[in-house]
Amino acid sequence: MTEFAGSQHVIEVIYLIASALFILSLKWMSSPATARHGILAGEIGMVLAIAGTLLHHGIIDYKWIIIGLVLGSGIGIPLGMVQMTAVPQRTALSHAFGALCVTLVGTAEFYLRSPDVPKFMMSVLSMEVILGGLTFTGSLMAAGKLQEVLPQRPVTYRGQNLVNLVLFTIAVASAVYLVLHPGAKELFPVVVGISLIIGVLLVIPIGGADMPTVISLLNSYAGLSAAAMGFVLNSKLLIIAGALDGSSGFILSVIMSKAMNRSFTNVLFGAFGQVQASAAAGQEAKPVRSATPEEAAAILSAANKVVIVPGYGMAVAQAQHKVRELYDALTKKGVDVRFAIHPVAGRMPGHMNVLLAEADIPYDRLIEMDEINGDFPQTDVALIIGANDVTNPAARTDQSSPIFGMPILDVDKAHTVMVIKRSMNPGFAGIDNPLYYLDQTLMLFGDAKQFVGGIVRELGGGH
Amino acid sequence: MGSTLIDALFVFMLAAFIGFEVIRHVSPLLHTPLMSLTNALDAIAVVGAIVLVGEKKSTFATVLGVIAIVAATSNVVGGFFITDRMLRMFKTSRPTNK
Repeated sequence: MTEFAGSQHVIEVIYLIASALFILSLKWMSSPATARHGILAGEIGMVLAIAGTLLHHGIIDYKWIIIGLVLGSGIGIPLGMVQMTAVPQRTALSHAFGALCVTLVGTAEFYLRSPDVPKFMMSVLSMEVILGGLTFTGSLMAAGKLQEVLPQRPVTYRGQNLVNLVLFTIAVASAVYLVLHPGAKELFPVVVGISLIIGVLLVIPIGGADMPTVISLLNSYAGLSAAAMGFVLNSKLLIIAGALDGSSGFILSVIMSKAMNRSFTNVLFGAFGQVQASAAAGQEAKPVRSATPEEAAAILSAANKVVIVPGYGMAVAQAQHKVRELYDALTKKGVDVRFAIHPVAGRMPGHMNVLLAEADIPYDRLIEMDEINGDFPQTDVALIIGANDVTNPAARTDQSSPIFGMPILDVDKAHTVMVIKRSMNPGFAGIDNPLYYLDQTLMLFGDAKQFVGGIVRELGGGH
Repeated sequence: MGSTLIDALFVFMLAAFIGFEVIRHVSPLLHTPLMSLTNALDAIAVVGAIVLVGEKKSTFATVLGVIAIVAATSNVVGGFFITDRMLRMFKTSRPTNK
């Protein structure tokens, strides 16, 4: 420490303050009331850390740093202004950018230091570029699927897991060789290249409904790779930020996996979509009851308690603003309206909450699954908009169902169930939903936005 | 080297525990903004890229470093920006109960 210039101590103290601000930032996120302080703390920490870094005595040229900062800000502003419905793909894209930064810095550090790389440093450096590389391409794939430039359906082929395993083994083996012989520069691109390929292959077989888990997992990997970078650069600030991000992503992944009753390995190696295709094939058409917007409006206005269950279909149809009009119209008539939020509804953790908040629905009306499930027996109408599997009672009763054991919203216990749906086609997973054939269920066929709009018109007496 | 490594591992271990404890208490309501916030914080990796570019040790390292700065800075700016936009949307019905 003694040979450090004085400015080095100043920088370390600034980093210390920044680390504390980052922790406070996350702590304040625990409630919507304090969350915006959290952002401010994070921003101050970030500005301090970047300003402190610019004092670093080793820096001899600022030109390219400034060009980079300006260009990055130029890209960041439009990325911060995207529509709320596009938040999942934006998030995936930013995981990719974070991982790209880490991978590039790791690569540069290797070539600057090789062949004199101590064993421990080479190990974390390998971890940094392996995690960073696969997170980069994996997140790009996820963003592509969410933006629908890539097919959303799971793409599967025989021996998929074996291919992944072999590639991963080669990458790790090369990394181990590099730890022992850090002068083997020609092996480094192999490690990076294979990691990039693994990222693509890991996300290809994953379907839309699994995106919340995958995004969380990629979030965790991005954090861990940044922490590994912290070890390489011996930066405690980076280790802390990476550890916070890594644990956050990990917790979210665990919550998402639990909400789908699946393990991590199952999400990554399960190829979910295929199993159900056969399960759904044997179904013949059963009678369902359907209703018009007029009938739906009459039933809703006669109700005391209504629970709306939103799903990804609501986001696709951009129906959240119409849903808010419905909420207003019913609330005006004295109906108690709440929203039941399943943890994996949508394409990323908390997706539905953000969409409904954007439509100005008060957040104290958004109720989590565990809290609202006990209230369904006293609910007059459960209105399902664009959700399917998370309401499927087969998850509770039918042991042969692929989603058996998954926690669901117990909408079938409500007095009347109304389902807005385009047609009787099964949802993403191709699983038939017995809910639709129950006596108290009414199917409302049509586009979510138009149908809800129709109900609102009826309720408002044509305004 | 040995003690620096151990120090770093201690820091990592403690930060991971703090992360678990703090994030466990985040309301599921805010999971989306949480993810965009941690993403912005994670982009602190930009400091590594800044030093790399500033030290100008090789053209190769500088080129990679500049791309890294651009990528990370876009996360910092975009991440804080969108998190703030999201949080401003969360309103409760209590003060303005109609």
